[in-house]
Amino acid sequence: MPKYMLIMRSTDETTAAFAESGLDFDQLLEVMGRFNQEMIDAGVLMAAEGLEDASQGVVVDYSEQPPVVTDGPYGETKELFNGFWILDVPTIEEATAWARRAPLAGPGSKAEIRRIPSIDEFPQDNEWIRKERAWREATGQL
Amino acid sequence: MAQAARHRVTVPDGGASSHGPGLPCPDAGGAAASARRAVEAVWRIESARIVGALARYTGDFALGEDVASEALAEALVAWPRDGVPRDPTAWLLATGRRRAIDAFRRRAGRDERYAALARDLGEGGAHAGAAPAGPGEPDLLWDPDRIDDDRLALVFVACHPVLSKEARVALTLRVVAGLTSEQVARAFLVPVPTIQARITRAKKTLAAARVPFAVPPADERAERLASVLNVLYLIFTEGSTASGGDEWMRPDLAHEAIRLARVLVRLTPGEPEPNGLLALLELTAARFPARTGPDGEPVLLADQDRRRWDASAIRRGRAALARAVAAGRGLGPYGLQAAIAEQHAVAPSVEATDWERVVLLYEALGRVAPSPVVELNRAVAVSMAFGPASALEVVDGLAAADALRGSYLLPSVRGELLARLGRRDEARAELELAARLCGNRRERGVLERKAASL
Repeated sequence: MPKYMLIMRSTDETTAAFAESGLDFDQLLEVMGRFNQEMIDAGVLMAAEGLEDASQGVVVDYSEQPPVVTDGPYGETKELFNGFWILDVPTIEEATAWARRAPLAGPGSKAEIRRIPSIDEFPQDNEWIRKERAWREATGQL
Repeated sequence: MAQAARHRVTVPDGGASSHGPGLPCPDAGGAAASARRAVEAVWRIESARIVGALARYTGDFALGEDVASEALAEALVAWPRDGVPRDPTAWLLATGRRRAIDAFRRRAGRDERYAALARDLGEGGAHAGAAPAGPGEPDLLWDPDRIDDDRLALVFVACHPVLSKEARVALTLRVVAGLTSEQVARAFLVPVPTIQARITRAKKTLAAARVPFAVPPADERAERLASVLNVLYLIFTEGSTASGGDEWMRPDLAHEAIRLARVLVRLTPGEPEPNGLLALLELTAARFPARTGPDGEPVLLADQDRRRWDASAIRRGRAALARAVAAGRGLGPYGLQAAIAEQHAVAPSVEATDWERVVLLYEALGRVAPSPVVELNRAVAVSMAFGPASALEVVDGLAAADALRGSYLLPSVRGELLARLGRRDEARAELELAARLCGNRRERGVLERKAASL
């Protein structure tokens, strides 16, 4: 079954604009909740997670070896990754049609849509794929 | 870890299909084709709501479906030309409403009633009892409290027992699942005009029978729900074992049925059987990755590599079955079949399957939905639990009753049991008979090979 990930992306500007918008947390939960419910009702939502603010995260930069670890937002790069939805839909067009409806707004706010290859598409005789399959089977992972 | 490892593995891109994500469209018509797919994608998400809202609004399912189809046809022309509108759903709905007003005005010459309807609709739909809205405002069609009712009414009407099974299937895929007639035709390997004629006829039948656009009353509800479940099951089985043609499975159709079953579960809270059906479909589809070999040939349950079963589908199926059980009204035919599928899903091998439990479940199934096919399946389970001799008695009972005449199923099971009992000549004759009766080329090959190996 084809699966697509809708990846929420934004920039520092998006975050600043959101902070100024005065939208409170309850309203945010409601608009997101309504969007999620629509996808649940349509039988397409498989998983979703939202991430804590990027300022609370850590970035490991592999440009140099050993990698450089910094606290907080991404530093030089302005792109932030905020969360994702995983949809069970047959085509990227349908995933895109859902993404168009996501309650995201503001300068630099984006959703990127990528197909998630099924483990069946990987070489089945590879020992690491076998191990991953066993782990998926044991945990009921998507 | 597991995820990171994937970046280093070459991922097949799904072949030359232009549906392949991230692939540039090589053909000159690429942009138009891509716009067309964008329209179709919106339609898949919204068709049930749009057809449902327009059917309620006009008080006429056939007209609602007609004008919704006209709106879709207009979108297929306008969107590739002008771009996808900011609010695609509102666009489709407003266009559908305009077409409904046109239709009422055309009929107004013959019947003053329609003139009044056209006025009402133009003013925002007093017909449906809604408050008037400003001109061009489609919002009144969007009574959020009605969306689920509209969708459920649509499902019930599309699966109405007054229609033939083919018509129910075509109409459900068209209006509830939001497939185009072309897509439905492709799925069933029939010409597009056949599907279009089927849908036109279905709408006439519904109109002639004066089927109201509404959720059925309580006293009809159980029977009508059974028809809905049956339609989804038919769509799934058509996808999981193609009844004709060369391909053994058409998983797209099976996937469509699963999606519709998920929608139905949301629309009918507290009903156990939609969950039972969803469980059955998820648990059956979980085996799809292991059901075909490298050349597309079917692999029987006993020979499947169970590690290839889809663990997340099994998890979802078992969760749905648990919900059906939790409803506390006992399992219906689909729930019981799901419980049988669950026994297979949790067993590490054929030998380690709890066959005695499977026999009991088939007995229960035979009580709520007696049929020769169930009896035949029970015989297979009996053979696993208690040996081929006891099973052969069950099968011979069916043969004596002349059940399943003309079907390859009975001789294929009987041949298998005779082979296990060492009665090779009789076994070969039965398997050869089964192969002759089997309509699917792939399955026929399996039977022929089995007969030849004896």
